[in-house]
Amino acid sequence: MTEMTQDVSRFDRIIERYERSEESLLAILQDFQREFHYVPEEGIRRLSEVMGVPASKIYAMGTFYKALSLTPRGRHTIKVCTGTACHLKGAPLILDTLERELKVKRNGTTEDGEFTLECVNCVGACAMAPVVLVDEVYHGQTRPSKVVDMVKKQVGS
Amino acid sequence: MGAINSIEELEAYRRELAAAAKPDLPTVLVCFGTGCQAHGSRRVAEAFMEAIKEQGLQVDVNIGFKTTGCHGYCENGPLVVLRPQDILYLKVRPEDVPEIVEESIKGGRIVERLVYRDKVTDEVVPHYSEIPFYKHQHRIALRHIGTIDPTSIDDYILVGGYAGLAKALTMKPEDIISEVERSGLRGRGGAGFPTGTKWRSCAAVESDVRYVMCNGDEGDPGAFMDRSIMEGDPHAVIEGMIIGAYAVGSHQGYIYVRDEYPLAVRNLTLALEAAREKGLLGENILGTGFSFDIKISRGGGAFVCGESSALMRSVEGNVGEPRAKYIRSVERGLYNKPTVLNNVETWANVPEIILKGAEWYASMGTEGSKGTKVFSLVGKVNNTGLVEVPMGISIRELVENIGGGVLGGKKFKAVQTGGPSGGCIPERLADLPIDFDSLTKAGSMMGSGGIIVMDEDTCMVDVAKYFTGFLVEESCGKCTPCRDGLPRMLDLLTEITEGRGREEHVAMLEELCDLLTWGALCGLGTSAANPVLSTIKYFREEYEAHIRDKKCPAGVCKALITYSIDPEACTGCRLCAKNCPQNCITGKRKEAHVIDTSKCIKCGVCKDVCKFDAVRIS
Ligand SMILES: Cc1cc2nc3c(=O)[nH]c(=O)nc-3n(C[C@H](O)[C@H](O)[C@H](O)COP(=O)(O)O)c2cc1C
Ligand code: SF4
Ligand code: SF4
Ligand code: SF4
Ligand code: FES
Ligand code: FES
Repeated sequence: MTEMTQDVSRFDRIIERYERSEESLLAILQDFQREFHYVPEEGIRRLSEVMGVPASKIYAMGTFYKALSLTPRGRHTIKVCTGTACHLKGAPLILDTLERELKVKRNGTTEDGEFTLECVNCVGACAMAPVVLVDEVYHGQTRPSKVVDMVKKQVGS
Repeated sequence: MGAINSIEELEAYRRELAAAAKPDLPTVLVCFGTGCQAHGSRRVAEAFMEAIKEQGLQVDVNIGFKTTGCHGYCENGPLVVLRPQDILYLKVRPEDVPEIVEESIKGGRIVERLVYRDKVTDEVVPHYSEIPFYKHQHRIALRHIGTIDPTSIDDYILVGGYAGLAKALTMKPEDIISEVERSGLRGRGGAGFPTGTKWRSCAAVESDVRYVMCNGDEGDPGAFMDRSIMEGDPHAVIEGMIIGAYAVGSHQGYIYVRDEYPLAVRNLTLALEAAREKGLLGENILGTGFSFDIKISRGGGAFVCGESSALMRSVEGNVGEPRAKYIRSVERGLYNKPTVLNNVETWANVPEIILKGAEWYASMGTEGSKGTKVFSLVGKVNNTGLVEVPMGISIRELVENIGGGVLGGKKFKAVQTGGPSGGCIPERLADLPIDFDSLTKAGSMMGSGGIIVMDEDTCMVDVAKYFTGFLVEESCGKCTPCRDGLPRMLDLLTEITEGRGREEHVAMLEELCDLLTWGALCGLGTSAANPVLSTIKYFREEYEAHIRDKKCPAGVCKALITYSIDPEACTGCRLCAKNCPQNCITGKRKEAHVIDTSKCIKCGVCKDVCKFDAVRIS
């Protein structure tokens, strides 16, 4: 089996979980995102074929929705909450620290492909501000002096 | 048991559950809200299971055990509640568990170090309902959260769940609408539109199909009540929606939940399945011939998708862009059919209103804003979390009585309400009663109920810049005033915070605000002026300090501040020097240290690590 056909079946397995209706497009794209950490071009082609929707429309969704990314992401995702509560309690300094120490810009991926650094707006845990999510694990009351060690400790590097 | 086929059967089932329940059985409730799980409540729950077994006790026989939704006091998580004594333990660690089982559950004694202790009086308050944070609350939308297991429909039915629906199904749809109208309930999603009026207009439109939708996008940063309700009491939302659907004649509903809320999606999905199984959702609900079902639609993390027309486009499987407002959703909403869209908290109030009546609900709150509202009290305040209180409570009561005052004894400066569509209200107006109309009059908004407390260390120009930056990122770019006007506003605010501001910038900002308010297409653009205008109105002197004196009085704007060390307070512990990424702090051990400001990048690490509060910002 070539890599291509292997992937098509992986896309199909996700597509099959949903009704064949345009209502399902966003959910399917989110599942692609979850499984591959981005929305691969082959996935868009396959979805367009199965659903009979122009690929351009799916691309438009891919660029519009924040949860979707059309380019590959790092092995680990660090999300810094930049919602109001977190902003007031020091999120900007935390973000600066991560950018500086991991040598990565916000919404970028480190050269070694290890980390993608994202900013998100309020993850709904404001009472623990400032909040950083590392691969969906919440860390509350983070501090500039501790955040890098905290990330490294969690991912074991 | 399988489907419940009639209203009588539902009541019989409830009696059956009540007979089997053991209200006096000592029960442990562990909070499984997102906040407490982040603090490790799963491990605490496991520790309880182990300790219970080790003590030779048996769950459901000698002891009850339950995981619940968020109590709103997440900062102090993991939270554990013991019933029937009503003891609340805070910050419980797995190591504490054997002691709790031994002392409290077997011995009936209180483990004092784990209970609430008043920060001012040092008084110990072991009982949940006597803690200041809870004592002043009046919970309707949050009525069950923290006491029931959100994944158990039996738990919900036992506390009176679906009784509102049962009553509604015996009423005429028209009478349900009148009841909701008379209750005075206004939508909790932001603008405060009267819910009954919305339902009535939708029901009046001639159509074969109608939709009922729940807005669970919760885009406002700083607010998390919708999350807590969807996670902690999903059936309340579902029950409200079924009642609404019956009232307006809808057979299909949608809940739009942001994808960043996986626990909400999971608990809602489980709740929908359970409701279908019990015959409370789907075909022929409770044998009355009424059919209605609900689908979940996961949002894609775009703030503008919370706007009603954008949300509907997004559910249909499109890019979520708003459309012109003159076509109302109640006439042409989802798939161009008449649609009622209400917020999560709005829906959660509906069953109680039907059950207890419009008069009961309307007896709370203010003239124009009835009932209670859930606020998310966050920022620089001692007790942060979700609080539900009657409308009309003053800002000061909220911050001081429930919030326990400003963090670290700092000066209370302002509250920001309403998220990006709202504004800042200064401390001198803190006696203002909070309701939809008074906040709007003060140049702010209710929004979703986020109350962000600001102290003297908050820079108001920075706050205006923050919200404008937020909106620049979230604007869909469909209309020119918003697409081009917002970035221009952000530029001006950036110039001011970086010390390049000129006197005329403030007037230019006001002009741009005016342009957006009148020219933008959707609420994102039309309300974008609020954060800017309200800070100019109430904190003009701060703008002036940035522009004229090139100073940030609150010590926030990086370009205008310098870090230094107070030689009096510095002990020479060297901690800052060791941590400074620029190696620009020097000094001998046990002597005052100095920062070389030419190399300092203002990263804040030195201030963060110093245990003697010796690092100053000026
Ligand atoms: C830009 C924008 C974002 C919004 N975001 C939300 C949201 O996240 N949740 C919500 O319930 N309402 C939001 N609203 C308000 C909704 O458009 C709508 O008025 C509300 O959901 C109606 O419910 P209600 O009458 O129960 O308040 C937003 C409005 C705008 C203009
Ligand atoms: S006001 Fe802004 S967000 Fe709303 S439609 Fe116009 S460009 Fe889009
Ligand atoms: S702010 Fe950062 S760079 Fe400046 S002295 Fe402190 S630790 Fe060093
Ligand atoms: S950490 Fe604080 S006390 Fe210690 S040397 Fe630095 S400024 Fe002085
Ligand atoms: S603002 Fe960061 S979690 Fe809400
Ligand atoms: S998550 Fe436990 S109190 Fe909020």
